[in-house]
Amino acid sequence: MAVLDIQKLSVSYATPRGELKALRDVSITVPDRKIVGIVGESGCGKSTLISAIIRLMAPNAHVGSGQVAFKGEDLLTKGEAQIRALRGTQISMVFQDPMQTHNPVLTVGRQMIDIQYRDALSKAEKRKRAVDMLALVGIPDPEARLNQYPFEFSGGMRQRIAIAMALMARPALLIADEPTTALDATLEVQIIKRLRELQDEIGCSILFISHHLGVIAELCDEVVVMYAGEVVEAGSVRDVFHSPAHPYTRALLECDPGHIKEKTRNLPTIPGNIPDLVNLPSGCIFAARCPRRFDACTARPAMAEASAGHGTACHLIGMEMTA
Amino acid sequence: MTDLTVPKPRSELGEIVYHLVRDPLGLTGLVIVLLILASALFAPWIAPYDPIALNVPDRLQGPGAAHLLGTDQLGRDTFSRVIWGGRVALQVALPTIGGAILIGLLLGMIAGYGPKWIDNLIVLLFDTVRSFPTVMFALAVVALVGPSLNTVIVVIMVTSVPTYGRVVRTLTQSLKEAEFITAEKSLGASTPRIMTVHILPNVLGPLAVLAAMDIPTVVGLEAGLSFLGMGVKPPTPSWGSLLNDGYNLIRNTPWLIIAGGIPLILTTIGFTFLGEALRDVVDPKLRGKGGK
Amino acid sequence: MLSYVIKRIGLAAVITVLAVSALFLIVHMIPGDPVSTMLGPRATPEMRAALEARMGLDKPLIAQIGLFFANMLRGDLGMDVFSNRPVTDIVLNQVPYTLTLILVSISWSAVLGIALGCYSAVNRNSLGDRLTGILSVSVIAVPAFVVALYSLLIFAVKLQWFPAIGAGDAGDWGDQLHHLVLPSLAIGLSWVGYIARLVRASMLEVLGEGHIRTARAFGLPERRIVFGYALRLAILPTVTVIGVGMGFLLSAAVFTEIVFSRPGLGKLVIDSITTRNYPVVMGSVLFSTLIFVASTTLADIINAILDPRIRAGK
Repeated sequence: MAVLDIQKLSVSYATPRGELKALRDVSITVPDRKIVGIVGESGCGKSTLISAIIRLMAPNAHVGSGQVAFKGEDLLTKGEAQIRALRGTQISMVFQDPMQTHNPVLTVGRQMIDIQYRDALSKAEKRKRAVDMLALVGIPDPEARLNQYPFEFSGGMRQRIAIAMALMARPALLIADEPTTALDATLEVQIIKRLRELQDEIGCSILFISHHLGVIAELCDEVVVMYAGEVVEAGSVRDVFHSPAHPYTRALLECDPGHIKEKTRNLPTIPGNIPDLVNLPSGCIFAARCPRRFDACTARPAMAEASAGHGTACHLIGMEMTA
Repeated sequence: MTDLTVPKPRSELGEIVYHLVRDPLGLTGLVIVLLILASALFAPWIAPYDPIALNVPDRLQGPGAAHLLGTDQLGRDTFSRVIWGGRVALQVALPTIGGAILIGLLLGMIAGYGPKWIDNLIVLLFDTVRSFPTVMFALAVVALVGPSLNTVIVVIMVTSVPTYGRVVRTLTQSLKEAEFITAEKSLGASTPRIMTVHILPNVLGPLAVLAAMDIPTVVGLEAGLSFLGMGVKPPTPSWGSLLNDGYNLIRNTPWLIIAGGIPLILTTIGFTFLGEALRDVVDPKLRGKGGK
Repeated sequence: MLSYVIKRIGLAAVITVLAVSALFLIVHMIPGDPVSTMLGPRATPEMRAALEARMGLDKPLIAQIGLFFANMLRGDLGMDVFSNRPVTDIVLNQVPYTLTLILVSISWSAVLGIALGCYSAVNRNSLGDRLTGILSVSVIAVPAFVVALYSLLIFAVKLQWFPAIGAGDAGDWGDQLHHLVLPSLAIGLSWVGYIARLVRASMLEVLGEGHIRTARAFGLPERRIVFGYALRLAILPTVTVIGVGMGFLLSAAVFTEIVFSRPGLGKLVIDSITTRNYPVVMGSVLFSTLIFVASTTLADIINAILDPRIRAGK
């Protein structure tokens, strides 16, 4: 059974200009013990998606429709207390900027002990667990470093600590929001490797958000490509990266320098801009920037199978596909 | 490209006033401040009596038809003294703050733009001046030269300079690094030109906010010193001396204290509301940094 | 930590020396001199010379400053001209009254202000927040002596709930506390508004930071997030402001002591000015400057305790 099953989720924000439709009919499935990557430019709705899953949404956000099933239960209908009980135990998060992740005036140890507040353990036991966890993510001399403050660690170290904190309760689902974007390339490789090992050991699923295609290819089993608040393509990493079906996915792959291994600081550039999410175009969301636009694109495409387990929302599917 | 209707451009001042008036706090402040300014400006026409004319037979009256707010121990009309007192308050506040802004502007820009050692020197100067508690310092000076309006003005001016100077310095420092100024410099603009054309207009907004918030402090200090008998000399009407009369007669009549305190409270509230609203319009980043 | 404290105290010493020297110079620069101030208009040249010699005013300026510092370090601020008691003793007798008044005032207003600020930040844009906001802004700039006069009029003269004069019987804590209520209300009221605004603003800023999102993502209870995680950071600007605000607190204390006829530095200064007792005036000003510098230093040290980054000099 899928750990996380998001069905037709729509989220919008109330803005002075009108309703900003940040997510529209998004369906994503994260199978048990699998790593699913989400790829897309900034503004594609990745952050909204995460905040909707763990229900830490901005006050002006509003879930229009859909469901977010976690282990078969819809999170959207749960009460605040129920959802809080899941946070940090069943579902954990690693955020993008490791420099902002930890409270600057509390020791790392205090923060790691605090998040175990639900467990009926002695302080020494909780401390022991924190030490073990830090050792596991590769922090040398964890016993002593537990008494240090976040500013005494480098960015890479802090992200390791963040991962240690997120995995401490052995969650069923880890959501990682561009966890390596702020780090340099060598660190990125190390952390990705360690994450893969830990995932295997703990047996959790990971929802991994990144705009770095190389990292996704390296780490993930499946990938979801998002554009302007919609899922445009989804499938196994092999299918999507080797035979991309959606013109947007192709454009992303073409823009990625050296395809996979090299680090992109800047987002791939595709001519044109993301459409205005307040005044949406009526047809295909990508049509304005699509090099292969044709008559049918004035209608919104439905998700269709390009091959088994590989879907895309493009009218080109089923027509002759000559790239 | 998105289809946005661009609002008709207004002048900068017009824009600020427009936003001020739309904010209930700002509108209240503006109305109070305008009333106070008008009553100070037109005091000779508004006040029904001569504020220093004695009328001993009518002394210590309560509010009535003849004397709106009653009379003091010498029979002077309290309402007239309140109106004229506003004039005195502004006569102290405006030159004091004007002078402090000018000096603060000059020192702050030199510190922010000049070499490091001048900066350090000026900051040290600010810290030193700031470390005299204003009232204590004023009292020490008054003890030497005797109470007078000018003493009060000079002392408060000197002790207010660091408030403005520090803000100007910080703003100048951050502006100095701004891209458009670097560009100006590479085109050969002179330092005075950069100062007056580029830096000055950018620090005026925050300074106006500070000044609006500072006026209540200065008015309060003047009134306080006059209350202690260390400021304005009698028989000049000042809200502070009015309160002093009321304090001495507190068991005889409450009216002098009530009449002397209300305009002070109104002034402080008016200018603080105006300052808060002005800050929100001019620079939202300054939020929570005004006052004291 | 220790090196930070030492550095900070060194800076305080420099500021003190500068401030005292500046005070000294200003006294010499402005028209009017201590001797004629003390002796009044009927002084004979012989009286002047005698007093100048006694106060060391006949020596060159730089020697006077040197002598002044040398004496100050020994705790000697000169002798009171009238009672012939050391100025240090006279001033030190009054300092505890003023400090008690200030500490009580700032304590209650800080507690209330922080609570209101937290409430406003957590319930942003609620009716309570708006009400707190308007009330806070209204009281921020109202002068302490006006509050003192009004509370004297209402609660002491009319309602007679609280005493109007003095600091209460020595040794009787209840009585002293009773005497502190109105004066500390006068000094503290504007601080409640000020601190509430300040805490609200910094709290909102902190609550928007990434680490708060982390704490929420780990399901920490909101109460612990606000008071355990956010307040530690949001309180820092308030500590600084209270430290620097010692100048305002001292000023407010002067007025309040006069209104309520309380013993203290303010009362001492005013009495000394009216009796032309110049050395006592200068001694009081000096002490209040010391109190101010000490309080800003203390605030910085407290901040360093609360924030490890300051300690490390980052």
